[in-house]
Amino acid sequence: MLSRRHLLHYTLGAGAALGVAGMLPAWARSSSDGNLGITSASGTAFDLEIAEFPVRINGKTGKAVGINGQLPGPLLRFREGETVTLNVTNKLQEDTSVHWHGLLVPFQMDGVPGVTFPGIKPGKTYRYQFPVRQNGTYWYHSHSGLQEQLGHYGPIIIEPSERDPIAYDREYVLVLSDWSFTDPHRIYAKLKNNAESLNFQRRTLPDFLRDAANSGFSDTLKDRAMWGKMRMSPRDLADVGAPTYTYLINGHSTAENFNIVFHPGERVRLRIINASAMSLFNVRIPGLPMTVVQSDGLNIQPIETDEFQMGVAETYDVIVAPEDDQTYAFVAESIDRSGQAVATLGPRPGLRAAVPDLRPVPSLTMKDMGMSHKSMAGMSDMENRPTMSDMSGMSSMDHMTHGDMPLTAMGPDPHGPPTQLASVEASLKKGPGVANIAAMPSSRLNEPGIGLSDQPHRTLTYSQLRSLEPNPDSRSPQREVVIHLTSNMERYMWSFDGVKFSEVTQSIRFREGERVRLTLINDTMMPHPIHLHGMFFDLVNGGGDHKPRKHTVVVKPAEKLSVDVSAEHVGDWAFHCHLLYHMHAGMMQVVSVLPSTDKMPMDHDMMGHDMPMEHEMPMDHDMMDHSAMGHDKPEEMK
Amino acid sequence: MRKVMFAALAAIAVTTSASAQAHDDQPPSSSEKPWSQADAYFGKETMADARRAVQAGGGAQNSFYVLFNQLEAQFSDESESLYWNGQASWGDDINKLWIKSEGRTSLNGDGTEDAELQALYSRAISPYWNLQAGVRHDFEPHGLTHGVLALQGLAPYWFEIDASAFLSEKGDLTARFEAEYEFLLTQRLILQPRIEANFSAQDIAERETGSGLNSIDAGLRLRYEFVRELAPYVGVEWQSEFGGSRDYTRVAGGDPDQVVVVGGIRTWF
Repeated sequence: MLSRRHLLHYTLGAGAALGVAGMLPAWARSSSDGNLGITSASGTAFDLEIAEFPVRINGKTGKAVGINGQLPGPLLRFREGETVTLNVTNKLQEDTSVHWHGLLVPFQMDGVPGVTFPGIKPGKTYRYQFPVRQNGTYWYHSHSGLQEQLGHYGPIIIEPSERDPIAYDREYVLVLSDWSFTDPHRIYAKLKNNAESLNFQRRTLPDFLRDAANSGFSDTLKDRAMWGKMRMSPRDLADVGAPTYTYLINGHSTAENFNIVFHPGERVRLRIINASAMSLFNVRIPGLPMTVVQSDGLNIQPIETDEFQMGVAETYDVIVAPEDDQTYAFVAESIDRSGQAVATLGPRPGLRAAVPDLRPVPSLTMKDMGMSHKSMAGMSDMENRPTMSDMSGMSSMDHMTHGDMPLTAMGPDPHGPPTQLASVEASLKKGPGVANIAAMPSSRLNEPGIGLSDQPHRTLTYSQLRSLEPNPDSRSPQREVVIHLTSNMERYMWSFDGVKFSEVTQSIRFREGERVRLTLINDTMMPHPIHLHGMFFDLVNGGGDHKPRKHTVVVKPAEKLSVDVSAEHVGDWAFHCHLLYHMHAGMMQVVSVLPSTDKMPMDHDMMGHDMPMEHEMPMDHDMMDHSAMGHDKPEEMK
Repeated sequence: MRKVMFAALAAIAVTTSASAQAHDDQPPSSSEKPWSQADAYFGKETMADARRAVQAGGGAQNSFYVLFNQLEAQFSDESESLYWNGQASWGDDINKLWIKSEGRTSLNGDGTEDAELQALYSRAISPYWNLQAGVRHDFEPHGLTHGVLALQGLAPYWFEIDASAFLSEKGDLTARFEAEYEFLLTQRLILQPRIEANFSAQDIAERETGSGLNSIDAGLRLRYEFVRELAPYVGVEWQSEFGGSRDYTRVAGGDPDQVVVVGGIRTWF
């Protein structure tokens, strides 16, 4: 029931939302249990203070580390073309930093301690200053220790210098996150000591009985034996879930019901940012289709869908156009279905949409293990049914991994690379840090997120994404760098190519101006949101010269996917899994873009640590397209 | 057989030093840093410190683990005792100091019957297995020191295994094999079957141990994890002796086959 005080707040909220629209920025037009949305700051100069402060979540007090005393931090509004100055002051007892996620900034402004700058010491202020060369939805967060888990993140909206191709009447930024009252170092220690201890979605006796009733005792036993033999769990969907986590939308739990207010008939733009430490989210608004118009800050050709999975650090902008005077639930459900955050989308503030039940926990399949056809033939069909239909495409995928035309019969792509690229791939062996090497990794771009293939409604896939504008660099890649995502869940070890960040002796090296194909092979059972600072991934998904360009790309279990990268910005750029504890365990590297004047021989110097080179074809200068390498080419970011 | 064990101990030492090199295929060069472009803005020294710190925080952290798998009272027809079986480790992903302790003290005023402490160097040798070597000291029933070689890890089908061989200062070779499994009845109610078997290569009269298989303890414990780290349990265990050990117990007037009811706490942090 609403108290009078609450009603007063709601009324004020309603006034802000509907009466004095224009006086307040769109994000502030909602109210929820007396809380207005998150505050915003705009202009060209910003003062940000990083400190510890108390927060109240679900009636319980916790200790946050964040920006200007707010969880999430203030919304920063930039304008494309301006130069912004951000003075970040550290009021903590430990070092801190701010990284501008997805923003193309001079590398010494990128905010990664030990890579691009020394970090910000306690009591010190670091002045970030950079020209804003993009527009769209981005975010910012700490790159120090485990501060992201504690609330050190906030949204960024950059208004375009020209007319926004996306039309909307009202906008909201929705920052999704996972809050814990447990200290993040304690969470990490628990994962190290007992990697499954924070997973309360494991298979139990009732699951066995249910499966036995559905598929027969013998098949169920075979299925259990098969997973047991591999020492792997089909419910290894998230390392940390509820009840350790409380999921939040703009700092509000489901009970605290963040309100998104609309006028029926309006086009409402939702700028959704996954600022979680560890949680991929399934996002849906039951009964209301969403038109996805932007991903990772860059516009895409509008595509209507009912649900999509968001990797940590990805952003999606969607347009919804509710016609009816009714409430809708905006649902962000964690990938392991252990919990969700629900906000209300309603015609008036103070309403509450019915909260849908959590859906049944999905199980991983043999496909997530990267098993070969042969070993798959003998397995129980039970678990595989939802994704089995996708398997028909697999044989054709095998010889596509180097091409730019995965699933559809598009004919030869004139922009495609030569069939064989000079490729650098680490020799990888199983060992304490590498429990598995996918025997048959495949393209999974035409699948929705893990656990969503059997939904009765439309689900978004990476293969559907097309950039709105033509790609700024349509050159074919000149060489390929293959990176394996590796782990041993039992020891909670995570790495690239079996080498933890602590063991890296040399960065991965790109030369300024070159176009590189980065191929990622996931040898683990988990989806990893992989993020490269300083440049965008042109996702090789069949989009030709309209590939979606992303700063963070989710690589599904046993998936092999490729992105093309233009090494335009000289500097050392962090390259890592955006699951915080995976990064903390070592799933990180550095990509150095070296000035083109530097000598850069194609020998061991190029390869980083432990990467013997395989010359699949002679890589001499005649093979490179000199005409395409010139700097007179129009480049988007310059 | 003793020779085999010594050879194996020596082999550990060799493997350890050999595989420590395994990551450095490229010749180390002091002038070659992993990356260095920020040095131009912030200075070489400053960036070197920051780089060391960020790299150490990316997989080189040490972790600390304590597990009391069993901390329980055991009740049989003959006696009541308190039994513990625990371990602790400290170190990085590959190299750890591993402490194990096991013992039993009487709740009938007969003092501590058994108490042993092992201090081992543990090295991860494969995804699921650790090879361990070190010393064990028995405080009860008699002060006695052993060399230890053990293989501890996770076998296919999720069996936790600890297989240890002990060579006492008197030259007696013994071995112990422990295996356990966990059935999740629910997310928090867990049934743990567990078996421990002890072997001896020779008859050891002063320890009332015959040669060959001398005992098997097979238990079933049902615990409830209020939080993962703290779970009270109840259970039952069959404790049987075999061969010469069985005879020693009989001669002493004891029962070589016992069924004990157990209740205790499993805890880790």
